[in-house]
Amino acid sequence: MSEPRAVLEGPDIHRALTRIAHEILERTKGADGVVLLGIPTRGATLAARLAERIEQFEDVKVPVGSIDITMYRDDLRLRPARPLGRTDLPADGIDGRTVVLVDDVLFSGRSVRAALDALNDLGRPTAVQLAILVDRGHRELPIRADYVGKNLPTSKSEKVKVYLEETDGRDAVELIK
Amino acid sequence: MNRHLISAADLTKDDALLILDTAEELARVSERSIKKLPTLRGRTVVNLFFEDSTRTRISFEAAAKRLSADVINFSAKGSSVSKGESLKDTALTLEAMGADAVVIRHGASGAPHRLANWVRGSVVNAGDGTHEHPTQALLDAFSMRRRLGNLEGRKVTIVGDVLHSRVARSNVLLLATLGADVTLVAPPTLLPVSIGTWPCEVSYDLDSVLPKSDVVMMLRVQKERMNAAYFPSEREYSRRYGLDRDRFAKMPDDAIVMHPGPMNRGMEIAAEVADSPRSTIVEQVANGVTIRMAVLYLLLGGEI
Repeated sequence: MSEPRAVLEGPDIHRALTRIAHEILERTKGADGVVLLGIPTRGATLAARLAERIEQFEDVKVPVGSIDITMYRDDLRLRPARPLGRTDLPADGIDGRTVVLVDDVLFSGRSVRAALDALNDLGRPTAVQLAILVDRGHRELPIRADYVGKNLPTSKSEKVKVYLEETDGRDAVELIK
Repeated sequence: MNRHLISAADLTKDDALLILDTAEELARVSERSIKKLPTLRGRTVVNLFFEDSTRTRISFEAAAKRLSADVINFSAKGSSVSKGESLKDTALTLEAMGADAVVIRHGASGAPHRLANWVRGSVVNAGDGTHEHPTQALLDAFSMRRRLGNLEGRKVTIVGDVLHSRVARSNVLLLATLGADVTLVAPPTLLPVSIGTWPCEVSYDLDSVLPKSDVVMMLRVQKERMNAAYFPSEREYSRRYGLDRDRFAKMPDDAIVMHPGPMNRGMEIAAEVADSPRSTIVEQVANGVTIRMAVLYLLLGGEI
């Protein structure tokens, strides 16, 4: 395995999130009825950052939460049982809202599929959209993102690792060969 | 984690904390309108109950169903056991049906341990004789943690019929693992001979221990297992070891009262103590489902 190569640095991540926040405001006409739900752990952190920006730009408070997908994964039986993440819905729930799912990396699309199943048990949103920091390709399911921070062409054998200040002490996206 | 859950001593501190943390997340599922997760779809859980039980059996059944497992309930009454079938033959029958987990309650101490050698699936001890009841200890620890926070250094007093109690043994072992200080209080006749080897203190005087307790857990006096006179009269037992209003007043203001149920109201615990807001008795039942979901998920949710 060779040296990890940084594909996004702190300022790049900052700019990408700023753009996504603007795009969400634009597409949802002022984030009216929007709920941001992050997939733990890093998706939840990104959702919180997007909400902060949306509030800065247009002075609207968007409800934020997290949605754990562990119990809905299709690969549970391939590994020992894993610890659960936190599911935290905003007080008003998600019924009749536009849910924007937020995750760090979009790869096979299986996590998003699991998140859609989990949403189904939690309520009935009017629409579901997907915001992603890095789309690395190699989809195995018919899923695409509505908001993408960066499209990153990768080979299947490479690994993409996202580091965020809140959990890892620094902001970076690295590609490991 | 081990493949089976037979004794609370099988759990390392990390295992125990993983179960409690998992339960903490699963508790939120019980608050949703759809209380079901797809995780154990296609897995089969057999409830094998050779002894009467309401809350434990129902609790395991609810837990397995909330995780979408198929549940087969087997009680000794009305089965081939009443025709004289041995535990081993019963086990082989279950094996042939493809049970991924067997939850067993048996009157004989050690029955789950034997069963674990005969079946391929996971064995969960739901109470064996006077030996152990590990999921009860886990749900008690979970209830304590939800009320009091971290259990490290907490003073837990367990009072009553320790001799016949599988709950007491499992609790002492688990709480020691989690770093709590346990004191057992009982008449000398209701303590097992091996008590000196248990990781806990022993006292015969409830009144001196109560003011220093964060948790007071009352045990049921198990008359059905008593074949000798362990104390002169119920009245005397109740006077010396029962938790009545006056004793309750001696406990610190934030201390909680627990009981694994079923209770003998007026015997080991006064009704008004059992119904006080500082009693966790009803919570313990709800937490039982949650903790059993966590155990079943961790044993069966991954590769097996």
